[in-house]
Amino acid sequence: MSDQQSVIKCDSVYKIFGKNAEKMLQNANGKVVAEEFQKAGCVVGVNNASFEVNKGEMLVVMGLSGSGKSTLLRCISRLTDATAGNIYIEGEDLTSMSDKELIELRRNKMGMVFQSFALLPHKTVLENIAFPLQVKGNSTKDSIQRAKDMVDLVGLTGRENYFPRQLSGGQQQRVGIARSLAVEPDIWFLDEPFSALDPLIRKEMQDEFLRLQGVLNKTILFVTHDFDEALRLADRIAIMKDGIIEQLDTPANIVLNPATEYVRKFTEDVPREKVLKIKSVMEPVGDEKDFSDLRVSEDAIIETVAEAVLADPKSVPVLNANDDIVGVVHSSKVIHVLFGENSTLESNA
Amino acid sequence: MSFINYLSERPKLTQLGIVLIVFFILMSMTGLYHDLIVERHLFAKSVVKGEIQSSVGFAESMSMILNWQLPPQLVRIPELTFYHPVINTSATYVLIALLVTAGLLYKSFAESVNKSQWLRVNWFQIISKGFVGIIVGLLFIPTLYNWFFGEVTRSTFWEIPMMLQDFSQYLIFEFWQTPVYDPEIEDYEDYGRVRLFTRAIGATLLFLINLVRELLIGGFETVVSLANVFSDQSGWDWLNENKDKWYSSVPAIPWTVLTAGAFILGYKLQGVGLSILAGFGCIYLAVFGQWEPAMQTLSFVLVAAPVSVLFGVIWGVLAYKSRTVERVITPLLLVAQTFPHFAYLVPIIVFFGIGDHAGAVATIIFATPPMIRLTLLGLKRVSPEVLDAGRMSGCHNYQLMFKVLIPTARRDILIGVNQVIMQCLAMAVIASFIGAMGLGFNLLLALNQLRVGQALELGVCIVLIAVVLDKLSLAWANKQTDYFADLSFVERNKTALLFVAVFFAALLFAWFGNWMFADTAKGINYFYLIPHNKGITTEPFWQAGVDYMVSNWRADIKIFNKWLLVEVLMPMKASYLAMPAIATFVLTMGVGYIIGGIRSAIVVGSFMLFIALTPWWERALITMYMLTFAVIVSVFIGTIVGAICVQNKRATKFILLVCDTFQTFPSFIYLIPVIMLFGVTDTSVLIAVIVYAVIPPTRYTVEGLRNVPESLLDAADMSGATKLQRMFKIEFPLAFPHIMLGVNQCVVFALFMVIIGAFIGTEDLGQEIMQQLFSGGNIGSGLMLGFCVAFIGLAVDHLIQTWATKRRKLLGID
Ligand SMILES: Nc1ncnc2c1ncn2[C@@H]1O[C@H](COP(=O)(O)OP(=O)(O)OP(=O)(O)O)[C@@H](O)[C@H]1O
Ligand SMILES: [Mg+2]
Repeated sequence: MSDQQSVIKCDSVYKIFGKNAEKMLQNANGKVVAEEFQKAGCVVGVNNASFEVNKGEMLVVMGLSGSGKSTLLRCISRLTDATAGNIYIEGEDLTSMSDKELIELRRNKMGMVFQSFALLPHKTVLENIAFPLQVKGNSTKDSIQRAKDMVDLVGLTGRENYFPRQLSGGQQQRVGIARSLAVEPDIWFLDEPFSALDPLIRKEMQDEFLRLQGVLNKTILFVTHDFDEALRLADRIAIMKDGIIEQLDTPANIVLNPATEYVRKFTEDVPREKVLKIKSVMEPVGDEKDFSDLRVSEDAIIETVAEAVLADPKSVPVLNANDDIVGVVHSSKVIHVLFGENSTLESNA
Repeated sequence: MSFINYLSERPKLTQLGIVLIVFFILMSMTGLYHDLIVERHLFAKSVVKGEIQSSVGFAESMSMILNWQLPPQLVRIPELTFYHPVINTSATYVLIALLVTAGLLYKSFAESVNKSQWLRVNWFQIISKGFVGIIVGLLFIPTLYNWFFGEVTRSTFWEIPMMLQDFSQYLIFEFWQTPVYDPEIEDYEDYGRVRLFTRAIGATLLFLINLVRELLIGGFETVVSLANVFSDQSGWDWLNENKDKWYSSVPAIPWTVLTAGAFILGYKLQGVGLSILAGFGCIYLAVFGQWEPAMQTLSFVLVAAPVSVLFGVIWGVLAYKSRTVERVITPLLLVAQTFPHFAYLVPIIVFFGIGDHAGAVATIIFATPPMIRLTLLGLKRVSPEVLDAGRMSGCHNYQLMFKVLIPTARRDILIGVNQVIMQCLAMAVIASFIGAMGLGFNLLLALNQLRVGQALELGVCIVLIAVVLDKLSLAWANKQTDYFADLSFVERNKTALLFVAVFFAALLFAWFGNWMFADTAKGINYFYLIPHNKGITTEPFWQAGVDYMVSNWRADIKIFNKWLLVEVLMPMKASYLAMPAIATFVLTMGVGYIIGGIRSAIVVGSFMLFIALTPWWERALITMYMLTFAVIVSVFIGTIVGAICVQNKRATKFILLVCDTFQTFPSFIYLIPVIMLFGVTDTSVLIAVIVYAVIPPTRYTVEGLRNVPESLLDAADMSGATKLQRMFKIEFPLAFPHIMLGVNQCVVFALFMVIIGAFIGTEDLGQEIMQQLFSGGNIGSGLMLGFCVAFIGLAVDHLIQTWATKRRKLLGID
């Protein structure tokens, strides 16, 4: 069952840069200590990564600069060969694929968006988007037709004949997105696609991205080092440090139950109300009868409903997807989340 | 005390001081040999006559030094032999060579992490280290030994030219022979395959050039020239047999047709501006009566340039793909950058003979290296993300190279194409030395007759062709397709149709010329071709200008010239020649050490040693003296002009334009007025050199100052700096590394011109090369001389590059 569902599966993947990486890895017997490798002139990019991504899921990879996010992505797209470990794409072993199979895979199943857009400077918007199709051997007419559709999809209509240098950053990234989608890939890689954009445009592009994902429903690996972005987009988040995946879990779990000290520090400053859903603070329906008239969904993020709940002196019932009441929230709990432990005491007093 | 403190804070300054002091001390110690070291053969002669000793023993050397007298072997590097007569047979040197090699290799082996992979990973290093070891052990150590303790004997180094010559002769005539049927003697004869091969290349090039040329100016003789490449007679025979058929009198394309074509092509590729440039360029060529030689040159360029571009891209791509190719090619490119053109010509004559094809070969050899360098540079600069994007789009290797890498690197590659075109036309004159026809050849004639006006017009023709070709190729590369227009056949092909229409119209027009001009006395159809003596000319005007200058300024100039020669140049030259060899080494290697540590000292020292060991040390010193003078003056003028012009936007634009024009302008032209004013003296050569070499420092100063970050300038203004303070405290220091690269280019340019100065009459390396060229050519001497010049350039290049890199790192630029 899980084999059928998992589109990407990593099994103890290592990537170590340096001359004698393979040999050192063999000697290390799977226990890689970054410092030791560094001394021998090797850099650890990815250290024993094992995880699965299911169909239609969006996994966001997070971490500080140099933590190996891009390297992990490049291993999974086989832009670099992993030093050790296995990677399966829809059950097929990526690491043992021939060049030909790999090219087939990329031409039909994968799309990638890059941080610095990576558009071809000598091609127009339309030609850039049509490029993967032309590479595949589609006729110019078909490719251009499809590219025009993609231009409409990302909202660049009217700029088809512009060159990348004539576009703003946000527009260039739209081209990048359109190009990666032109071949209708099943798997979509995005490596910090919005980090070169200013905050306003970034927000706009995130909305756009969510809209597209709503329509397309792809399996996505998304790299970012912006926690807000991760929270907005992710089904699950993987946090990396020095090549090791410290924790891979839902946003709420990562914030509430950090697996390691590093993750705790990392998530310390994250506003809980932005992460947590009502589900996580609701209590079972007790013997209380005096409910408020307000109803909230169990999947609502606390931040979005906090004001209404706080304004209500009574407990607010929580509904699930079928509109059944599954619990209640008290304003005290919400205050707790909003202002931390100390404020609880005050409100109690 | 404070002085000592000052120095101790500046170790480099102290080092420089020490080097200079030692240098001057050594300079003053020539004593006994002062008059002999100006010419090597004087020194050798005195040795032979027994007047002086070539070298003295250690104890005696010491006592001589204590008496303020350098021992002879330090004053003049004697003519060395690599094998000391006494221990020659004892295989000591082979042993030394092996020991050095083994030492180097052991060091590399001990340092490697993975011993079992060592051979596979380091094979290139191993070979090169082995090579270094053998050279050092077999050549340099015995050389040094001999230098101090040996006898003056004929140097093996001096034999190298002859050896190379013999080798090339062997290669051409005797190596790997094959019988070839010779129709003359009706028998088979043995030919060397190498010669057959070079001949085949030459014939192919000649065929291509003639094909284009006959289309442009020859007419039906094309067929003949085609046929003649492969056998000597059949073409002419055939033509004679078919003399009265209509097609045998089909003429070449009239200039009117070509000009109309140029207008259309320019319009099609870019627009009105280019159309006008291309069209009027053609009109200029025709109206000034230079159509025929211009087309000869054009045919030559149209063959040489594409071949150079093709080779350049191919080798650039190979170097990008393979580390090994890159490592082999890089030093070759460096040498090619400073190798004098004339030195190329000698081997080319030997291998390819004389004629248009030889000129083309020379041009290709000369124009390809910049193309390789720029292709490689461009490919390396493609961002890794774009490469990844290409791979993720599913490109296979071929698509990745031709659809992603090369187009993305296009900016640099196009600069390369521009360079190639410029080089091809710059070579037009030099190639005419070995038989290339066209503008260059005519220019050379005009120069010989001291006809300034004509030379100038020819020069403008060359620049025009260069500019038009450059712009056309650029526009062609930048063309884009419109996918939206749903066009009918006529609309889509309107330019082609227009071209066909204009072609026939102009053809008719030219044909009508037959009647129009039939009445005039000479019966020349001006619409078909304007012969070179029938065009308009501005020659009298220029001639009058020169005459005016000569008659009015000559007296003053003579005084200035005399002063310069007597007070500056002669003493400078004399002091260069009076340098004892050891002093030269101390100075150059010392500066090398200060700039780049031991490594640079060794690099520079090796270059110098090579020159010192050849028979041309004095000549090299003269070259260096002219180089130094020209570079100092050029840099002085260039930086000042650049700094002034950069203050004003329009002046900046103007000066850059001037730089561009002067760079393509055939450098020979500068020589005429200069000779007329200054006569055949070093002054003439130096002025010509300075006019040419002043371009790079000007350009780099402008660029460097313009690129100083805006924010820093604002910061300076905010802290209340005056304009001058800002200039000297902020702008110049920051732009300095870039300006130094300009100085580097200045040296390359100056070296190029100093060598060409041999044309006027110098006594330096260039003259020697020129003589090799005209005396039929000894390949070995030609090449060795070439390397001497190249090594001077490379030594300077190495020092400046090392310095600029360090400096830029320090300033945190790029
Ligand atoms: N080609 C390479 N050769 C050697 N080391 C590399 C190479 N590519 C990456 N590294 C190293 O691997 C480590 C992980 O790099 P990676 O690019 O994956 O980081 P990242 O998490 O994507 O950082 P960023 O957020 O800055 O993009 C870094 O220490 C980096 O220096
Ligand atoms: Mg990254």
